Amino acid sequence: MRLEYFEMVDSVDEFDAERGHLRITSRVPTESPVFEGHFPTYPILPGVMLLEIMNHASGYLHMARNGVTRLPLFTAVKKAKFRKFISPGTVLEATADLLHDGSGFGVTNAAIHFEGKSIAEAEITMTLVKFPTEELAAEVRRRAERAGLGHMASA
Amino acid sequence: MSSTFDIVAGVISETSEIPREKITPEAHAIDDLGIDSLDFLDIVFALDKKFGIKIPLESWTEEVNQGRAKVEDYFVLKNLCARIDELVAAKNA
Repeated sequence: MRLEYFEMVDSVDEFDAERGHLRITSRVPTESPVFEGHFPTYPILPGVMLLEIMNHASGYLHMARNGVTRLPLFTAVKKAKFRKFISPGTVLEATADLLHDGSGFGVTNAAIHFEGKSIAEAEITMTLVKFPTEELAAEVRRRAERAGLGHMASA
Repeated sequence: MSSTFDIVAGVISETSEIPREKITPEAHAIDDLGIDSLDFLDIVFALDKKFGIKIPLESWTEEVNQGRAKVEDYFVLKNLCARIDELVAAKNA
């Protein structure tokens, strides 16, 4: 995970096309400028970053389903809950489950798990758009490949 | 059994907090009811679930953008209901 670059996914560990389910691992870095401000002498991962991890898990689920042909854009969030403070160095698992496959959009139930418990949840709506540039499409595909999505994605 | 319009009006009222009595078959979702694109996604989500269909929002938008259809064809509620009836009929065919 590189917080400053909004790269929240270290690996895609599971993708089940039939269930519409995807699981990722996110390793919170031990050091980051983010922790210098949030908070001085008491570093914890901001809730907005936890939301972004769930957002990424949802986005990867949509991309796995569409063969990385559409870019998922965060459009709406509902029912977001954050139950635990997360310290630097924590290894998190996040899941996304497809709630609805709409025309040009998708809705997921996303969650973050730590030590077997759900510590954050949200219902996330994403709009699925054509990649605005070929360069961006190539970079997103590279990142997805690096995270291990390449061999799992369905075309 | 509720008509398509009753179901659509109920969903719009619930999703967008618009009083049910303001929602008429002649109402334009955007111009008259002030529904924005984000609210419309919620409405489509709910209608897809209620009717067991997938409203082709992307192709409708493309048709309007390319001038092959008018906004009214999809966003005046009686027309939206007619499109939904067609999608339900196609699903059951």
